[in-house]
Amino acid sequence: MTDLTHYRTPLLATPFHARTEARNVLYRWGAWAGYRTALCFGDPAMEHTAIRNAASVYDLCPMVKYRIQGPDAAAYLNRLTIRDAAKLPVGSVHYTVWCDDRGRVLDDGTLFRHAADRYMLCCQERHLPWLLDSAAGYEVAVFEVTEEVAALSLQGPCSATVLAAAGFDVAGLRPFRMATFAFDGADLTISRTGFTGDLGYELWMAPAQALPFWDHLMAAGAPWGIRPIGTDALNLARIEAGFVITNMDFIPADQAVREDRSRSPFELALDWMIDWDKGHFTGRRALKLEKDCDTSKWALIGLDIPGNVSAEGSILYHSRRHEAGHITAAAWSPATKRSIAIAQVQRRHMAGRDLWVEIYALRELQYVKLMLPVTVTDRPFFNPARKRATPPGVF
Amino acid sequence: MPSFDVIVIGAGVNGLACASHLARQSRRVLLLEAGQPGGGMALAHLVPGLDPRVAQGMDLARHGLTFHPALATTVLHPEGRHRTVSAGHCDGPDTAAYAALHRRLTAFARVLTPFRQMTPPRLTAAGSEWGRLARLGLGIRALGKTEFRELLRMILINVADVAEDELSDDLVRGLLAFDATLGSWLGPRSPNSLILLLNRLSMGASPLLPKGGLPALAGAMTRAALSCGVTIREDARVAQVVVEADRASGVTLTTGEHLYAPLIVSAISPKTTLLSLVGPRHLDAGFTTRLSHVRSRGGAAKLHLTLRTLPDFRGADLRSRLVIAPSVTAVEAAFNPVKYGEVPDAPVMEIVLPSAHDPGPPVLSAIVQFAPHSPKAGLDTARAQMLANTLRQLETCAPGLGALTTGARLLMPQDIEAEFGMVGGNWHHGELSVEQMLFLRPLQEAAQYQTPLPGLWLAGAGSHPGGGITGAAGWNAAERIVKERA
Repeated sequence: MTDLTHYRTPLLATPFHARTEARNVLYRWGAWAGYRTALCFGDPAMEHTAIRNAASVYDLCPMVKYRIQGPDAAAYLNRLTIRDAAKLPVGSVHYTVWCDDRGRVLDDGTLFRHAADRYMLCCQERHLPWLLDSAAGYEVAVFEVTEEVAALSLQGPCSATVLAAAGFDVAGLRPFRMATFAFDGADLTISRTGFTGDLGYELWMAPAQALPFWDHLMAAGAPWGIRPIGTDALNLARIEAGFVITNMDFIPADQAVREDRSRSPFELALDWMIDWDKGHFTGRRALKLEKDCDTSKWALIGLDIPGNVSAEGSILYHSRRHEAGHITAAAWSPATKRSIAIAQVQRRHMAGRDLWVEIYALRELQYVKLMLPVTVTDRPFFNPARKRATPPGVF
Repeated sequence: MPSFDVIVIGAGVNGLACASHLARQSRRVLLLEAGQPGGGMALAHLVPGLDPRVAQGMDLARHGLTFHPALATTVLHPEGRHRTVSAGHCDGPDTAAYAALHRRLTAFARVLTPFRQMTPPRLTAAGSEWGRLARLGLGIRALGKTEFRELLRMILINVADVAEDELSDDLVRGLLAFDATLGSWLGPRSPNSLILLLNRLSMGASPLLPKGGLPALAGAMTRAALSCGVTIREDARVAQVVVEADRASGVTLTTGEHLYAPLIVSAISPKTTLLSLVGPRHLDAGFTTRLSHVRSRGGAAKLHLTLRTLPDFRGADLRSRLVIAPSVTAVEAAFNPVKYGEVPDAPVMEIVLPSAHDPGPPVLSAIVQFAPHSPKAGLDTARAQMLANTLRQLETCAPGLGALTTGARLLMPQDIEAEFGMVGGNWHHGELSVEQMLFLRPLQEAAQYQTPLPGLWLAGAGSHPGGGITGAAGWNAAERIVKERA
């Protein structure tokens, strides 16, 4: 029998660790999918500022990645996910979701189409058993490739300029497109994707290229103030972008212990992705029934909150008295200069009438209780035109 | 080309029963059979008990079905000190104990019988016949406090414990162990094996032999179906269920011919139906995975001997059902090797000599347990070994049988699968065991005969209440289809 030592093994280091460790002044690390990941390198405000005003680098290696390959890859993904993966052109990326039989969300992720018969699926949680079970009857092979692919996220208004300075011309690359470049004698794939809602790119390479590439990128980006960022700054940016994170904004159906915790795409405002015409997919019949009978119980909404106190972890009330939902993510947003939140509310309250948030604000060891009226607002909270402009603006 | 309201796949006992019931409700029914109608029944040699709704609803007596008087059972002793068991009575030291045990088990079986004749309940509020369930619950409680408690104590117990607690005679204990595990993939010491005996008792106390054998039953059911207006097509093997707009809308035959109907009912194995004829593309991944995990291991082999004259089983009544199961341990020991894909040295078996009842050339039919469903040594080697061990057992009980034998054919579970399409060679199209019974049969999502694919229903032994030449699953499915106005 294999010696099981995982519980004694320290968190793994990513291929960029030699560099991120050297830069991590605070030495603040968190766990992400079994890896050490920097929470903050030095100053969270400066890191967020790099995302919104310069160029930031985030180590993406721990993100779970699967390669899906074979003549039936598109048909397989169409049965697995709610979007039409066959319509995704080669060289493109889309955001997608997959559900269990009851139409409850298992995870969300980004799907990259590298070739007609080859995709890469990136997500937060591990799903190999489900992906393999789903492969029965399809001529397709599914591999977990998390360790085989090193990745960095380069985000910020100056990111295209930094890439150009590093020798990669991405001017023609539209959002959700990718291109392959040569670096150090090997292929490097650059996709115009990210988790910040800003102009940005994700850079995919072999682990052996990781350190030389880091050095090359940091040197090229220095004039634009490029800086490594930790998860705290990224989380702030993703809230501004209005993105959800598995196990933070919803519980994946296969992990939910309590029966009422799983959510459908309708309840997470992800139903816009459902392709009803592509044929059967796992959960389709349950979702059709949910839609036709209007049985969704929850809604995911964006909130604008008065004042500047983050509403993280707060409970929402209808007419100040009756519990109506809860905040899953919240922050004072430096980019929009307002207090914003993502919340799950009972569906009848999704319009937000007479909705209040009760915030316990800790001020020098004392809690101050606030009851504030909230306003439902569109997501993304922060949505700059530079995110979409092609060619990207020169900053 | 006539059009049909319903296409039923598989003209076994359940397919015939389902098709007939639907045809009696003025539906135009096409019954497709890959071979000959009722062909699969040739696997059996006795009928544990036809569902009375099927016998009466199809008016099988009018179509020529008659039975020989209920068969007694002779448990063979190698030196001729046999035991005769019939309808609650056995000779030997256990007469009183057996009568008491039989009375108790029969009472349990009687309160469970109505469950066989209904769609399994759902665990959710909607869609269950709660009134009927409440009445059945009251019926169970009416056993009285002591017997109700005994039922709860015994219902999930293993048959070996019961036999050893209540009886002292090895032969009668062996018979109990054998009858409980016949056609299953359980040994007498496997948990929950008693419930299979209760299930058997709920079909009828004694097995029946139709006059003319099982082919006569197949013939009567076929004639009855035709007279109800069912159209039967032989040699019509379905290759695929056609799915259009997320609904089963027809079938494609292996010849390439397409046949369409708004309702498709499959009386063949649920696994074959859903995983092969429909395919995972039209089903959810979790459902498909759980369906592929439904256990369907056959442990029974079928032996057919042609003889010069009827043999002598050391004086046993040849018109009885002959059982070689000398003790609980013998049955358990015959089960042990199949767990490892091996052939038992001393298999146990049930023997019927049809020619002792009906005129015809002398033949011997036996169901021999346990045969490995995936033999380690390969099918041909295992079959030869199984046959040799079976004939050796028979020779011990009927000396000189070998010399009378002019031909022998043994069907291993794999042969049964190849010939009759039963997955794993399991008679029930999926093992009958507690975790695959009632609302878990074949899976919770399809336990009310309706599959997740709209327009496709199940009606075979793979659904509640399982197989055993009763037609109950087919009849239940048809009743449900009528009730749901599908």
